[in-house]
Amino acid sequence: MNAPLSIEQLLPELDHTHLDWLEEEAIFILRETVAAFERPALLFSGGKDSCVVLRLAEKAFKSKGKDGQYKGRLPFPLLHVDTGHNFPEVIEFRDRRVAEMGERLVVGHLEDSIKRGTVRLSHPLESRNGHQTVALLEAIEEHRFDVLMGGARRDEEKARAKERIFSHRDSFGQWQPKEQRPELWTLFNTRIRPGEHMRAFPISNWTELDVWLYIARENIPLPSLYFAHDRQVIRRKGLLVPLTEVTPPEAGETVETAEVRFRTVGDMTCTCPVESPAASATEIVAETLKVTVSERGATRMDDRTSDASMERRKKEGYF
Amino acid sequence: MNTAAPIKDHRALRFLTAGSVDDGKSTLIGRLLYDSRAILADQLDTLEKRAAGAPIDLSLLTDGLEAEREQGITIDVAYRYFATRQRKFIIADAPGHEQYTRNMVTAAAGSDAAVVLVDITKLDTTKNPVPLLAQTRRHALLAHLLRVPSIVFAVNKLDAVADPAQAYAAVRDALLGFAEHAGIRVAGIVPVSALRGDNVTQPLDAAWYDGPSLLQLLESLPTAQERKDGDLLVPVQYVAREGEGTGNQPRTLWGRIAHGRVKAGDTVQLFPSGEVATVAEVRLAGEVVDVVEAGQSAGIVLDRQIDVSRGDWIGTPKTIHAAQRFSATLAWLDTEPAVIGRKYWVRHGNRWVQARITAIESRLDIHSLEAIDAHELAVNEIGHVVVETQQPLPVESYETNRVGGALIVVDPASNRTSGTLLVKVAA
Repeated sequence: MNAPLSIEQLLPELDHTHLDWLEEEAIFILRETVAAFERPALLFSGGKDSCVVLRLAEKAFKSKGKDGQYKGRLPFPLLHVDTGHNFPEVIEFRDRRVAEMGERLVVGHLEDSIKRGTVRLSHPLESRNGHQTVALLEAIEEHRFDVLMGGARRDEEKARAKERIFSHRDSFGQWQPKEQRPELWTLFNTRIRPGEHMRAFPISNWTELDVWLYIARENIPLPSLYFAHDRQVIRRKGLLVPLTEVTPPEAGETVETAEVRFRTVGDMTCTCPVESPAASATEIVAETLKVTVSERGATRMDDRTSDASMERRKKEGYF
Repeated sequence: MNTAAPIKDHRALRFLTAGSVDDGKSTLIGRLLYDSRAILADQLDTLEKRAAGAPIDLSLLTDGLEAEREQGITIDVAYRYFATRQRKFIIADAPGHEQYTRNMVTAAAGSDAAVVLVDITKLDTTKNPVPLLAQTRRHALLAHLLRVPSIVFAVNKLDAVADPAQAYAAVRDALLGFAEHAGIRVAGIVPVSALRGDNVTQPLDAAWYDGPSLLQLLESLPTAQERKDGDLLVPVQYVAREGEGTGNQPRTLWGRIAHGRVKAGDTVQLFPSGEVATVAEVRLAGEVVDVVEAGQSAGIVLDRQIDVSRGDWIGTPKTIHAAQRFSATLAWLDTEPAVIGRKYWVRHGNRWVQARITAIESRLDIHSLEAIDAHELAVNEIGHVVVETQQPLPVESYETNRVGGALIVVDPASNRTSGTLLVKVAA
């Protein structure tokens, strides 16, 4: 095997000014959120975007010790909505990171919403991704969170491209795209009424490539799922569907082993890996530079149903 | 116009695009993304399916909301990302409809450049001067008012006129005349055909135009730079309590420096308390550093305990001048008209205070560019007002400083962002 390329060799033109600028903006937004709201929480799924936000939060609120580690505790808890269909590697990573960092983790379980009857599945293996909204809004209500910070990026999807950095949600947790507040300079209008909440997106202006460059630069730990590994998959409609207990092969389909990695992690029923030998963040940067399919196009089954599926879910309160 | 030379600046250029409905704005952005290969195969695939054999509609790349696709218009700002070998770009795609001007203002605030689209097929180029559309004037004026550093006109649909050389020259002269009258400095007037892709990313092969393509011009424009020289001014954003984080971290005042720089040992004055203190250390993210400067979210630790909270300001002694009454340009963005005497919330820096408009002195006529007598401002109107605030604020002229000179006005009943104030401080 060849020695892995460093970021400097890979992108000789890059001088990190852009990453510094993005980092500066994100830290500013995180501090603004904590300063302007009473009960913030950080959405942490264990995915790469939330891992980046977590590192930015360490930089915004902690001090770096002589050993290079950030000391202390964030001034807010982490919140994860567990659909019950998460990849085990991600849950394991989530719990390990939270323990290492000494943070507080709040988990909203979709199973609990099913038991309460606030979520009803049409069939047992239905994708639970869309139903996350109910569990999320129930967690917000239970813990009286008034702002949720998240790792959404505007380059992910057309409806996300429209979202403000501070995005207002009404008392039903809904996003009203036509009623969005003008967002002028960094004079954020964070005023809300009781029962309403905000979503704050510190990495709105980052692209998938920026995220990988930052992960490589900062050595941010990620679930093993993101790096090349052998996995049993089924080829279905141009996607690689991972073989899991909730995504069994259909009649006539063959299970095969492929070298894959995930570009995004989400519910097992709707997240697909891509074929790749990239085993480090730098190698993923190299791949991302050449990629021809969008992150969601390559990996998500649920966004394909209609042009507006993300927007409709967001209007209902989806993250 | 010289062929623009690319600058090596790895900060992204943030630019907004503005133009009337059907001026081809979405097509132009689609073309920029498509020709710079920022469109990925699956996104293209969706467009090809919709086109069902016909040429693909690049404008569909940008309209992300259902209502936009239904109505074929852009309602809200969308942000797009692309990069060339020279530079990264963030496009704020602003809607053209008059009723969504507030979103154009959103896009303009914080942009390094504005690209105002001019649809040449809507203009009578036989007249001298060519009469421009109200929306072209409005968009250019708004960008100018908000002090977007570079204003570019993209003269579009040159494929659709019989004599593009004549049409372009006539429109260019009209734009230059308008800009001169309005005091707008023009960074470039670029002829394009977004539909055909002429002069968008590739230079035009025509005897009558030897300037840069739109993309070449965008690669050459400067990004907004903060004033690192001069007096220190820092709005206090967040006060980290002692012990938060490390257990031994001192009480740190965090804020993005508006102008100037500061280091340990410097003397600073707090506003509004007027207390003076010495800086013990300065921090950036999780670490102590030697010096912090304009644009950075800096942490300042003082040598003694002083009562400072979010919304206060840090400056150098006697540099902060506060006013409780000031003149400003008001861009009104709410469907409820501005009401003289009513109490609104305003945000200046990190401080919220109550404020009222005590007088509306004039309204800007976007056709004549004259200030005309007015007693109220309706949605999308711009006027000259006098404002009174509940507490003194260290306001500066917006023209020289965006941080000290900009405020938002929020309706206390609806919590909507109703307007924006750009401070004009009399000399």
